Amino acid sequence: MKIPLSYIARNLWTRRLTTTLTAGGLALVVFVFATVLMLDAGLKKTLVTTGEYDNVVLIRRASETEVQSSVPRDQAMIVASHPSIAPGPNGEPLVSKETVVLIALNKRGTDKPANVVIRGVSALGFMLRPQVRLAAGRMFRPGSSEIVAGGGIARRFSGAGIGETLRFGQREWTVVGVFDAGNSGFDSEIWGDADQLMQAFRRPVFSSVIVRLNDSHEFDAFKKDIESDQRLTLEAKREQTFYADQSKALSTFISVLGLTLSIIFSIGAMIGAMITMYASVANRIAEIGTLRALGFKRRSILAAFLTESLLLATIGGLAGLFFASFMQFLSFSTINFQSFAELAFGFTLNAAIAIKSLLFALAMGLIGGFLPAMRAARMKIVDSLRAG
Amino acid sequence: MQTLNLILRNALRHKLRTALTVLGLVVATLAFGLLQTVVGAWYAGANAASDTRLVTRNAISLAFFLPLSYENKIRGVDGVTKVAYGYWFGGIYQEPKNFFPQFAISAKSYLDLYPEFVLSDAERTAFLRDRKGCVVGKKLAAQYGFKVGDVIPLKGTIFPGQWEFVVRGIYEGRQANTDTSQFFFHWDYLNESLMKTGRQRANKVGFYVVGIDNPDNAASVSRTVDDQFRNSLAETLTETEKAFQLGFVSMSEAIVVAIRVVSFVVIVIIMAVMANTMAMSARERLAEYATLKALGFGPGFLATLIFGESLLIASAGAAAGIALLFPVAHAFSAKMGTLFPVFEIAPKTLLLQALAALAVGIVAAIAPALRSTRINIVDGLRSIG
Repeated sequence: MKIPLSYIARNLWTRRLTTTLTAGGLALVVFVFATVLMLDAGLKKTLVTTGEYDNVVLIRRASETEVQSSVPRDQAMIVASHPSIAPGPNGEPLVSKETVVLIALNKRGTDKPANVVIRGVSALGFMLRPQVRLAAGRMFRPGSSEIVAGGGIARRFSGAGIGETLRFGQREWTVVGVFDAGNSGFDSEIWGDADQLMQAFRRPVFSSVIVRLNDSHEFDAFKKDIESDQRLTLEAKREQTFYADQSKALSTFISVLGLTLSIIFSIGAMIGAMITMYASVANRIAEIGTLRALGFKRRSILAAFLTESLLLATIGGLAGLFFASFMQFLSFSTINFQSFAELAFGFTLNAAIAIKSLLFALAMGLIGGFLPAMRAARMKIVDSLRAG
Repeated sequence: MQTLNLILRNALRHKLRTALTVLGLVVATLAFGLLQTVVGAWYAGANAASDTRLVTRNAISLAFFLPLSYENKIRGVDGVTKVAYGYWFGGIYQEPKNFFPQFAISAKSYLDLYPEFVLSDAERTAFLRDRKGCVVGKKLAAQYGFKVGDVIPLKGTIFPGQWEFVVRGIYEGRQANTDTSQFFFHWDYLNESLMKTGRQRANKVGFYVVGIDNPDNAASVSRTVDDQFRNSLAETLTETEKAFQLGFVSMSEAIVVAIRVVSFVVIVIIMAVMANTMAMSARERLAEYATLKALGFGPGFLATLIFGESLLIASAGAAAGIALLFPVAHAFSAKMGTLFPVFEIAPKTLLLQALAALAVGIVAAIAPALRSTRINIVDGLRSIG
């Protein structure tokens, strides 16, 4: 026979202060655990939306990032003539030859600089990234010292808002528009006319070439053609893979740091649960004896105390998750170790994270409650009745 | 003395509960101390910076270069004693995850400007003589087992190709906070190769390190240097070495802030656990407290008992946590290798740990102390745990 759930729940209610404190400790651990998972999910989401699956990025072999790469003009021409590249609306191949450099800008209200990616694109660059849309102002005019800034950059960096100017490469650049890149990595970039930027930075070579394939299946053949071509020193990657690879180190760092912390913290919370449950058992020795005398089995006593502990953990887990869900309103920006540029991303809560967090809370409750519940179940009826 | 004895006995009444609480405190103070040390390690570069060194770099960003010709112009500025230069190499040793900083440096002048990198005279001469030679830090050498005479292959990412260097010396740090995880080789060797393959990037440097005679002149020297190159193709930005290093820290500031916040979260967690322990003990002893009151002991005495017990448990946990921090930090540092070039426990961290434990002890005792001092004797005697 099972001990009713209402009896278990009432035990928690009677000792409200203890229940609140223990659940509070568990909630904080779950909060940290969920926040870390949300941050990692946010980073991954940003990267997936940055890359288009059908787009291919070509950079110099072994250069890892666009900033380190250089693609000579003649090689860019050879790539652009490959038959696998999809034609654009006017029949020209969908190829964007881009120049990517880092500039140091100060954050608004501080004199702390951070590296920002500035990307020189052609008109086709926008066509290759359909997620990038102008949110305010207008597009830069080709051939002028005008730039457009990503939403995240315009907000956070001084001189990057509409109408403001930035000075680099011996010129004043006017920000004429702000674009919205749908929370992708491009939100952390500034875009301008490729030819003008190359001129200003005295760079005779491109950084990368982005192409759209006719058919996604042609990627392997295209990659083989490019990488085995004696005239080229380039490597090809799908745009999505390219951005995912570029933030692997940051993603690993966040998850390893976060999980290590969650595990260390969970020890504290489990000890809290264990203390509470031991006290709960100790206070009710006579009660346990009575229950046993009434015919409840050892198994039922064990189950009752474990359920109490799990109930406590569920309260903590739900509370932690509730507060963690508010983190979705915040965004996080840090330097990406690999590209050496600032990257902004949000906290993303999804069903998998919610389930993982609750399971983590339940695991803490189970581990913390197991030994006390065993002690309760093992008591002899006579001894426990006498104890009261 | 009597009171102390009573407090001790009270604390030991529920041995298991007290032991678990102390264990929780040990874990919490240890985690707190470790996290504070990690935050400290982030600032190690800035703390080790000399105030007589300035760093001049391209104003656009570090990814842009400066011409070699600036060396003599900078040297001509009043107050400048020495000028050295370097280039971030960014090569890969075997696998991308084996990251360590590599610099192509103006060998002699650079080592002269960094007296904290200690090399024996023989090693120094051997390095200066060998164009393909390199020197590595002690910590880096320990991590990858580099020995003098070894050939280290690096795959260039910024400078394409396979590069090989011969270890000519292993430097030690003069101070505990000197970064000994770096790798230095001759800028001349790099430049020679660039003259053949990538002429455009030849005769350029990534940054200049400028030695000045008086730290008070840092601002004026920086201004003079930068004014000299204003409106040129490569405008410069000169700042103290400390400001330069702090620039790197501020790039990853969000992570530092997150670690700081989280290190206080663990204290709050343990505060809840400890408060719970004290609340339970006080509730069970309500009848005793009423008896003590009936015997004529005042509320102050009861408060002393409760606060004393709480502080005793908290300090036991903190003492163990602080003691364990040293071996744990050592093991952590060994495991992380060159990721944290300097991993030193600051005296401030120990103080913060002790203060955190004190706060936990006091906060945990407030509610139970209030409750038991306020209780009416009759109600207290009636209560049954």
